[in-house]
Amino acid sequence: MSGKKKDEIIYDHNNDGIDRRGFLKCMAWAGTGAFCVIQGGVLKSYALSRMPEMNPKDTMGELSFVQISDSHMGFNKPANPDVAATLKVAVDKINALPTAPEFMLHTGDISHLSKPEEFDTVDQILKGARPKDVFYVPGEHDVLNDDGKQFLERYGKASKGTGWYSFDKKGVHFIGLVNVMNLKAGGLGTLGHEQLEWMEDDVKHLKSSTPIVVFAHIPLWSVYPEWGWGTEDSAQALAYLKNFGSVTVLNGHIHQTLQKVEGNVTFHTAASTAFPQPQPGKADSPGPMKVPAEQLRSVLGITDVHYVQGQHALAVVDSTLN
Amino acid sequence: MRRSVFVVIGSALLAIAFVMSVEGHRGFALRAQDKTSTTEVRIDNFSFGPAALTVGVGTTVTWINRDDIPHTVVSTDDPKTFKSKVLDTDEKFSFTFTKAGTFPYFCSIHPKMTGKVIVQ
Repeated sequence: MSGKKKDEIIYDHNNDGIDRRGFLKCMAWAGTGAFCVIQGGVLKSYALSRMPEMNPKDTMGELSFVQISDSHMGFNKPANPDVAATLKVAVDKINALPTAPEFMLHTGDISHLSKPEEFDTVDQILKGARPKDVFYVPGEHDVLNDDGKQFLERYGKASKGTGWYSFDKKGVHFIGLVNVMNLKAGGLGTLGHEQLEWMEDDVKHLKSSTPIVVFAHIPLWSVYPEWGWGTEDSAQALAYLKNFGSVTVLNGHIHQTLQKVEGNVTFHTAASTAFPQPQPGKADSPGPMKVPAEQLRSVLGITDVHYVQGQHALAVVDSTLN
Repeated sequence: MRRSVFVVIGSALLAIAFVMSVEGHRGFALRAQDKTSTTEVRIDNFSFGPAALTVGVGTTVTWINRDDIPHTVVSTDDPKTFKSKVLDTDEKFSFTFTKAGTFPYFCSIHPKMTGKVIVQ
């Protein structure tokens, strides 16, 4: 809008807020996700908003899917008073892709307060997307008050324990993990013994050349433990994957895109379709970041991941809603 | 001469003792006041304020969420002495402390948020 690069993420906001009109204006831009394509064993990810600029040939692969995250349906504060509208923008962008993704991953915080009507609204909006399958893992906002019972009834019927599961698509092994249950005072996200045992068993039979995509709500790497942005026992989970050539970890929770490569593992966090949060340690608390209207769309995002066979690394690239 | 030195020292000690006793009373009065008047814990900016609250037995403490993100108030003991439902912005939770002791608690959604109530 203002001559800034379309995929530039602007954190340099002022804290004096904007008026309702401004927010209504900005909400029209918000709500994004990531397009993921796997090309020869390499996973690449692009913000949905960047897709129109891309040569469709470059974004084709054996498998493509979309990651969306942190819809927070029910949130209605100034950072974004209409999170349904921004989620719809994300769906529109998904539907505008030249190649329909095979499925969608939602990395949690579907709802803001675990209310049935919040889940219903998200379900309704996502029904409008071309990919019909959506794979979910819960965020802490989805398991309030009932220890995740409702979440399991809605999304986890075929899952194990508190909602973890795995599936295979075109030679890629996907593992959905739950790290938002039974959190301990002063602690971080937790996978727990039972889930870790299941995971060890789940990957045991796989060839080391199998590309692995792990997705969970709270980052499985230590982004900023002071704000709880990490998972206590993620090192154990990653240890089970050390013999695999290509491992990608997709997370949400922190409402911004961050990436890190560590050995065979590419870590990646997706932006929120609802509201941005500050960079690690750059504010007093991780509360919603209020950004000027013209910047909101640049801080919300969708991750598109592509998988390419034949190489030994996965790459994830994010784009924003612009 | 020696006696007057003792008198001076004695007076000084008395004066110090007097000041200390006044300060002590004042300190006690302040603490007593804290016990009865501050029974609200404000949740804001991902923290509990005050993080440590001292109250008398029988006091009802009310937590109010002034943050724009939902939080909970859950005691860390097992079984839980108290556990709120999720509190959206401006929602409150109250609990009456009938026993003396220290009661640590946290937000079960954001476990880095911790606080304690000391009941005397």
